[in-house]
Amino acid sequence: MNEPNQHWLLRKENIRRLWMVFIVILALTVVAGFFVHQHESFGIEDSVGFFAWYGFITCIGMVVFAKLLGVFLKRPENYYDTDASKGEVHDD
Amino acid sequence: MTELLFPPGLLLVLGGLLMPLGLKLRNALLFILPILCLTLIWWVPADYIVTLPFLGFELEPIRITTTGRLFATVFSLMALVGGIFAYRQASTLELSAAFVYAGSAIGVTLAGDLITLFVFWEIMAIGSTLVIWAARHDAAYRASIRYLMVHLLGGLLLMIGIAGHVVETGSIRFEALELESISQYLILAGFLINAGAPPLSAWIADAYPEASPSGSVFLSAFTTKTAVFTLLIAFPGTWLLIPIGIYMIFYGIIYALLENDMRRILAYSIVNQVGFMVTGIGLGTEMALNGAAAHAFAHIIYKALLLMSAGAVLYQTGKRRCTDLGGLFQTMPWTALLGIIGALAISSFPFTSGFVSKSMIAQSAADQHLAIVWFALAAASAGVFLHAGIKFPWFVFFQKDSGMRPPEAPRNMLLAMTVFALFCIGLGVYPEPLYAILPFSVTYEPYTAAHLVAQFQLLLFAGLAFFVMLPMMKRTLTISLDFDWFYRFLFKHLGMAIVSQSSKARSQLEIKAQTSLQRLFDYLEKHHGVTGILSQTWPTGSMVLWIAVILGGFLVVDIFI
Repeated sequence: MNEPNQHWLLRKENIRRLWMVFIVILALTVVAGFFVHQHESFGIEDSVGFFAWYGFITCIGMVVFAKLLGVFLKRPENYYDTDASKGEVHDD
Repeated sequence: MTELLFPPGLLLVLGGLLMPLGLKLRNALLFILPILCLTLIWWVPADYIVTLPFLGFELEPIRITTTGRLFATVFSLMALVGGIFAYRQASTLELSAAFVYAGSAIGVTLAGDLITLFVFWEIMAIGSTLVIWAARHDAAYRASIRYLMVHLLGGLLLMIGIAGHVVETGSIRFEALELESISQYLILAGFLINAGAPPLSAWIADAYPEASPSGSVFLSAFTTKTAVFTLLIAFPGTWLLIPIGIYMIFYGIIYALLENDMRRILAYSIVNQVGFMVTGIGLGTEMALNGAAAHAFAHIIYKALLLMSAGAVLYQTGKRRCTDLGGLFQTMPWTALLGIIGALAISSFPFTSGFVSKSMIAQSAADQHLAIVWFALAAASAGVFLHAGIKFPWFVFFQKDSGMRPPEAPRNMLLAMTVFALFCIGLGVYPEPLYAILPFSVTYEPYTAAHLVAQFQLLLFAGLAFFVMLPMMKRTLTISLDFDWFYRFLFKHLGMAIVSQSSKARSQLEIKAQTSLQRLFDYLEKHHGVTGILSQTWPTGSMVLWIAVILGGFLVVDIFI
């Protein structure tokens, strides 16, 4: 199903490989957390993998929040253009 | 002793005005002016002041401060590299306006008094509006008028504030101001409008993406960062700026997540990044102010780089929506790579410029034990990677195969992008030269193992969240409502309703007036008309009879009295 001239980044098996590499790197960053001490001011940030789950959860939260807000805020692209200033075309 | 009497900013403004005189002259000026300006700024010592008496005031058209010099340096650099990016493709109008715009921004950063500042502030509004006009299409023209309205409003508030401040204190010096009366609040409001603060944040995403591919590069650099500079000088440590900054940070992220237009995504992320700087100014410690200044410096460079790569894509494909783009890395690999470097820098990835600047702001929030601010900044750092760091390169260069095979960007565009990409990495790996020119001496060490691990965890898991949530991030052919709805929809329709209702009312009144006038005419016609009783001719005899009756009456009365 893969065309021979397809770019290597687009091939299915390579995408799977990239995911594996990504997951390994993610795991490594969490493991590295065991060896360093976050000496900041609030206590919680020294718990293992704090930045990992905090980054992950807050991002999910932001995407979901944006999605919900989108229900109220999204409008078609020509929303402001309907009945727009006819005959007032800017002359170049 | 060195002597500098001519404001370096004015040099760019006047030089920009000379550009239309000839193509060769224009191209020479594009390179000579910014370099000359840089030389002049660094030629004279810090705290160099030129005074000029004017209407009883002592103006300071030039006052070189460390903060001002930092901003003037990056503005000149931006004019130079922006010129390289634009000079083959952009119109002379655009380049000329961009240099007037850049020069007036430099003028603000080197202004020692509020009157000089205000004059350059207004030239900046005109220059930037002309940069948008240079795109020469109808949507750009209309967006530029909305843009100009917002900035004239900001300028008006600023002028009222300055006038009040001068009356109250008798001083025109541009220095740290106390929020004592409404005048200082108006000055603050004038500055904040240019920074893209709420509620009027929408002008950035409304106007910047309508400019030409190179126009939006120039626009991204000057207006908002000049506002950051003025806030940094006039209102450091004003706590009000902390909530405003945090609002801007999340406003930028959320709206960018909803957006489909690639350059509008980047415009929203300007508000987001300026939010970090405004928060830093509100925190007000030496480290936070250093962080805000350094972040402004780094931001101008990577944001310009991002908009250059978006501009190159727009120039080569004519498309600006994420839904139309994708897969461009195959034929525009350099543009993609350089754009990704910009995207990593904006996300504060370790070994890029954003990492060494932004972390100073978060660190000073931690040092002041402001837990909410610190947690908000950490979440926002992850959010930046989400909305700009991955979203922009992913949807433009990867995503799906759009089928488009545009050629690589023109050579001058690639050169400009390469210069800025080298700055992004260079400042990240070797931040000392940047730290050396910050307003205060730097004791901060960005490269600790703890900081590296924390940042990698935060960003990479944000990346994981992006790909996990990808189905929810599918782009739609929509725009998002914002505060500009009030002046683009509500007020417009209210105005049109008032016009149509009042004209209806007028025509009804007219009909009513006509009928009552008609009635009056009918009445007059009836009594005074040709057949009216009062216009009839009466016989002479009856007149004689009535006179006799009257005279007889007199006679009778005379007899009895």
